[in-house]
Amino acid sequence: MKLLKYLIVGIIFGITLAKAEVISWYRIYEMFKFQSFHMYGVIGSAVVLGVIFVQIIKRYKLKSIDGKPIHIYPKQRSVPRYLYGGIIFGIGWAMTGACPGPLFILLGNGIGVILVVIGAALLGTYTYGLLRNKLPH
Amino acid sequence: MREILDFISQPWPWYVAGPLIALVMFSLLLFGNNFGISTNLRTMCTILGAGKHCELFDFNWRNQIWNLVFAAGLVIGGFIAHYFLTPSAEVNISQETITELQQYGIEDPGSSLVPQSLFSWESLATVRGFVMLVVGGFLIGFGTRYAGGCTSGHAISGLSNLQLPSLIAVVGFFIGGLFVTYLILPFLLTF
Repeated sequence: MKLLKYLIVGIIFGITLAKAEVISWYRIYEMFKFQSFHMYGVIGSAVVLGVIFVQIIKRYKLKSIDGKPIHIYPKQRSVPRYLYGGIIFGIGWAMTGACPGPLFILLGNGIGVILVVIGAALLGTYTYGLLRNKLPH
Repeated sequence: MREILDFISQPWPWYVAGPLIALVMFSLLLFGNNFGISTNLRTMCTILGAGKHCELFDFNWRNQIWNLVFAAGLVIGGFIAHYFLTPSAEVNISQETITELQQYGIEDPGSSLVPQSLFSWESLATVRGFVMLVVGGFLIGFGTRYAGGCTSGHAISGLSNLQLPSLIAVVGFFIGGLFVTYLILPFLLTF
């Protein structure tokens, strides 16, 4: 039962991104070409509302449902890690037209070949793990 | 019931999708967790045994089961949307995008969720398909772990928390994405 709520929220998220066409390769191409407001509207309105939610959590010191204080992990201060990592992910995002969430949603949409993309992403994650100590962070 | 189904079967505008995404993030915070999907790729590597010889994957993955269940929800959500809530496969991209992609030889841009000539098993054997799907997928996995998050962890959660590292990551996403879209795809799509 504890896990059921995550399944439900995941289903809602999956339907939302599918119905808003965020999982479409075409929408990502269109976004990077600035040919439509759609994707900027999706991400922008999510962030604006997200900022308000996080402020409410902090201001009213909201607790999670198991009674613990809500903690949003601060990221370590650094530039190269986020910039280089971000650029590498951005290249993959524009090529496949998908970020990690949509990879799973596309699978549910019956795009079977996406399994290969997920497999390649696992290999990429593993390779980062092997090279981590040699990379600038 | 029929009317409700017809209503939600239309494409959802950005001002419906964006707030729902924020609500998903908010729910996960209230459940005592953080919104971040690329972490699942790390967890899956651990389950496959990567922790035996690499410390990044040497952690108790059972703490991440909730996130794997969330990812399973994504697959089910995609299935429900596709088979029950999407009567037309069309994607409502701009005319400008359609015209441009036609020039790159993509047939009927926007007539299906993804370009079918690209997202097929046969396409993996072509240079274009291999680079875009296999190399592209590899870079998603490598880049998200290097940057410590993807669109959900940085662009949504991180920016919502006004974190500078996430802003740097999002700037990186766009440097990489614009570089590929403007300078690489025109060659790759016509290759």
